[in-house]
Amino acid sequence: MSDLKRLPLHDLHVGLGGKMVPFAGYEMPVQYGLGVMKEHLHTRAAAGLFDVSHMGQVILRPKAGYEATALDFERLMPVDVLGVAPGRQRYGLFTNDAGGILDDLMFANRGDHLFVVVNAACKEADLAHMQAHLSGTTEVIAVTDRCLLALQGPAAEAALARLVPAVAAMRFMDVAQLASPFGELWISRSGYTGEDGYEISVPDAGAEALAQALLDMPEVEAIGLGARDSLRLEAGLCLYGHDIDTTTSPVEAALTWAIQKARRSGGAREGGFPGAARILRELAEGPERLRVGLRPEGRAPMREGVALHAPDGTPLGQITSGGFGPSVEAPVAMGYVPRAFAGIGTALAGDLRGKRLPVAVAAMPFQPTTYKR
Amino acid sequence: MKYTKEHEWLRVEGDLVVVGITAHAAEALGDVVFVELPEPETQVGAGDEVCVIESVKAASDILAPVDGEIVAVNEALSDNPGLVNEDPLGAAWFFKMKLDDLSVLDDFMDEDEYNELIG
Repeated sequence: MSDLKRLPLHDLHVGLGGKMVPFAGYEMPVQYGLGVMKEHLHTRAAAGLFDVSHMGQVILRPKAGYEATALDFERLMPVDVLGVAPGRQRYGLFTNDAGGILDDLMFANRGDHLFVVVNAACKEADLAHMQAHLSGTTEVIAVTDRCLLALQGPAAEAALARLVPAVAAMRFMDVAQLASPFGELWISRSGYTGEDGYEISVPDAGAEALAQALLDMPEVEAIGLGARDSLRLEAGLCLYGHDIDTTTSPVEAALTWAIQKARRSGGAREGGFPGAARILRELAEGPERLRVGLRPEGRAPMREGVALHAPDGTPLGQITSGGFGPSVEAPVAMGYVPRAFAGIGTALAGDLRGKRLPVAVAAMPFQPTTYKR
Repeated sequence: MKYTKEHEWLRVEGDLVVVGITAHAAEALGDVVFVELPEPETQVGAGDEVCVIESVKAASDILAPVDGEIVAVNEALSDNPGLVNEDPLGAAWFFKMKLDDLSVLDDFMDEDEYNELIG
């Protein structure tokens, strides 16, 4: 694994029994001693600590006022950036001229600047993209001296508040910069598991002590990428490069909730983002295909790549993520089908090892979310 | 007990061979959530994919270790796939085969040789 980068907390993961695998150019813990199933269930029952330091952290520092930067950033996404209040975070998507998705991300208004978290596999391209389009108004600064930890689950608040009491008062999608014995923490009340919880950006120098302080608490276990994937799948959340990519539009991906009124037809700042023609048309007329939740009827998981068919055999599309949902206690999946087949309950078939097995369109999330709004 | 390079164990029971996967294999697979068993009374050839094991991570095949007839399958695994993790060498046997000649088993590894393989 010599070409792979190591996380600042690499030795901690190895010491915890983490099984390290290549992911997005990094050696990452896919699971620890508990295994994927127990790690998943522990996160939903108590609290799980994830090291997501491979993700890209970026500061957008205005050269000519916050509004100019926010408007420039907005020109890269079908998202209302200007309307995000100070101390609040929002989900965003970079689109291309064809209306496809270059990456999905989280961004926060931190008063006089923006803080952005992007996917690891896309971070170099995202940085170049932002440099190319924002440099007139904005200094684009890659943050390379901080780890990013996620603490997720119903006990996350109690656990983190022991170290940083102010986090208890945060609501879902709030952000705060808080002093701590581990250095200044950049905390958001969000995550990617469907559970209440936090993402914590911590200076490299304080990261191990923070992680260890959390892991020393009885509620907290270290959780690997395997459970992170099954947790986000049950929560109906997209994994970039699988469920969304440059060929899928945000409307096809059922991410229309991420496109606020201000950027839609008739909105205050209608259009003006890459791919607007297609995305606004799909909003008005409906897309040709849609990302849907899927529940295989049997116990056999249907994974990424499984072909989907109508009952009469017409090919419809394929599964983009799928597996066994430990909390749902059944296989769950998501994939793309033509809009006419996207209704909840529609009976479809999936090709599994030469057999065509029943699978039904189902509502997402598969597991109710527990965000503290 | 004999072992294959594919991490199966083979145990002679009268004139039958019982086939399962090793503790090492079960550990590597992770939590098993689904097992697809072969049809009993089918003739199989060595190397045929006869079972599918799905863990939370991935799908894997179990290959028939030798030529022969599958005479029984462990239906308990259909209802409780987690048995593969709980008791891989005992309750979680997958199938029983009838061979023409049990001496073909001599070619497989014994326990010491297998332990060396997984070292």
